[in-house]
Amino acid sequence: MATVEPGSDETRVRDIAMSRLDHIGGTIAALSDIVQTFGHIERRHMEIVADVFNLTVAEIRGIVSFYSDLRTEPTGKRHIRICQAEACQSVGGRELTAATASRLGISLGETAADGSVSLEAVYCLGLCTSGPSATVDGRAVPYATVEALIE
Amino acid sequence: MSVARVPRETLAVALGADELASELARAGHEVVRTGSYGLCWAEPMIDIDGIAYGPVTDLADLEAARLGPVDALPDLLQQERRVFDRCGRTDPFDYDPAWLRSQLEREPVEIIGEIEASGLRGRGGAGFPAHIKWRTVHETPADEKYVIVNADEGDSGTFADRLIMEGDPFRLIEGMLLAGRAVGAGKGIVYLRSEYPLAAEVFARAIDSARDMGLLDRFDIELFVGAGAYICGEETSLLESLEGKRGEIRAKPPVPAVAGLFGKPTLVHNVITLCAVPDILERGGADYAALGVGASTGTMTFQLAGNVKKGALIELPFGISLRALIEDWGGGTRSGRPVGAVQVGGPLGAYLKDAELDTPMTYEALAAIGAGVGHGGIVVFDETVDLVLQAHYAFAFCAHESCGKCTPCRIGAVRGKETVEAFMASAQGDDELAIIRDLCDVMEQASLCQMGGMTPIPVRSALGLK
Repeated sequence: MATVEPGSDETRVRDIAMSRLDHIGGTIAALSDIVQTFGHIERRHMEIVADVFNLTVAEIRGIVSFYSDLRTEPTGKRHIRICQAEACQSVGGRELTAATASRLGISLGETAADGSVSLEAVYCLGLCTSGPSATVDGRAVPYATVEALIE
Repeated sequence: MSVARVPRETLAVALGADELASELARAGHEVVRTGSYGLCWAEPMIDIDGIAYGPVTDLADLEAARLGPVDALPDLLQQERRVFDRCGRTDPFDYDPAWLRSQLEREPVEIIGEIEASGLRGRGGAGFPAHIKWRTVHETPADEKYVIVNADEGDSGTFADRLIMEGDPFRLIEGMLLAGRAVGAGKGIVYLRSEYPLAAEVFARAIDSARDMGLLDRFDIELFVGAGAYICGEETSLLESLEGKRGEIRAKPPVPAVAGLFGKPTLVHNVITLCAVPDILERGGADYAALGVGASTGTMTFQLAGNVKKGALIELPFGISLRALIEDWGGGTRSGRPVGAVQVGGPLGAYLKDAELDTPMTYEALAAIGAGVGHGGIVVFDETVDLVLQAHYAFAFCAHESCGKCTPCRIGAVRGKETVEAFMASAQGDDELAIIRDLCDVMEQASLCQMGGMTPIPVRSALGLK
């Protein structure tokens, strides 16, 4: 193990992983924490988590690729998620998604080239009476409109 | 001093409830933050000295939103609120544990006997008799046993788990502790989806509060927040996930009641199933069994969603018709157009047409028309619905969420999606429909779990294939 400066990313990732070592679903909890802390998971983060949990990097990569929250790319500065599921479809979710994508000039699942905004699919936010639903930077937006998501 | 009750619940908060609470406090009201009653159409719905108002957009013009005395609202009075009786009325953290303590003195076999007498069945979707699971875990010898709550509420059109966890978390804690007592488990784990951050916050606080009250001395509760995977609502996938792995499903048997988490006997239930337990033990299993129809006993927390005027959680005994729910309770479609189709029971549920809307909501009556109650979600579409597109979505969703373990689901969903696309592009479509029919048969019969096994239900019903 190369020595790293205290307080560096590597130390923080190791601390996060150690703190989740004895927890239920510890690998997933640690990886979720890494996303919370750094915005996304990098290869070197996976190596540290693998080391702490005594697993192979391939196993950690397998976990990361399975869960949609465990992102390996940063989101845009503004992160918009639009519900694609049936209750929202019934009140214009598809149209909202298309209109938002067209206004932003990106497709669902993409981040703008300048990193200003990203658009992601989400499958149900539990706001099914009040669709179409979305989130902007984690804040729930019921009865969503393009304007509410972009401005 | 006047008391204002303002929900602290995701929808109400998104619609301005926190700001209303601050404003009411500034105006000199004593503000109590409650859960939501589940009358989502009226959110933010507030109660000032017993008078309900909603949706409240402007406190200066409160009278315009006046609904009437909260104790006399027909939308609440006409429900049979067994699970949700406290939710909306109370401050979720203002909890007196005396009743729970007394119930925890009861003998395990006595508790299981009440559950059996109640006829309670799993509210997550499968409708399996609860007492069989309880008895199995109880009778399987092991050094450690678990109670696991499936709060991975991913079905579109459902939000009952979220509402109760945000509005009455102690109801779930009661259900878990009583189940733990009955089956002899020392640990309970709640698997909550990450899309519900407020539920996670409220429930985590309730666990701390329960611990402070000394309720968790013999049975501890831990909250685990998922990482975005619909399939983890399948119980064996959920167990894999709790073991820190990819949520790939396990072949059954063994069932989790015999060998579940870390190979130990594990009681896995949906949130609402466990939340029905306190009422059953308080009033007795026979009282609960007197509600409902036939083997569909007790109440169901129906969730009326999608294109409906008055979307809400409505707790009623089994047996009401879909039409009554949509028209009498829901006030018809939000768009004002006629109903085109209704999907019952989540993304793996059937699309029902007008002629099927008089079906009573029971496990048996829905099964007879190839549908299911699921978790009680009802998604209304108006006549503009494109059912071919919905069939396409059913396959696409399965392709997106399949864990990949078995071939019929992993490959079938992708082929199905492509074949619906070919069907949409073709003039005739008979060949494509024949392929879809075959594919549905294979997925239904050969998939390891219900993700692949039930995807044919929305596909066939949307396309009118029998």
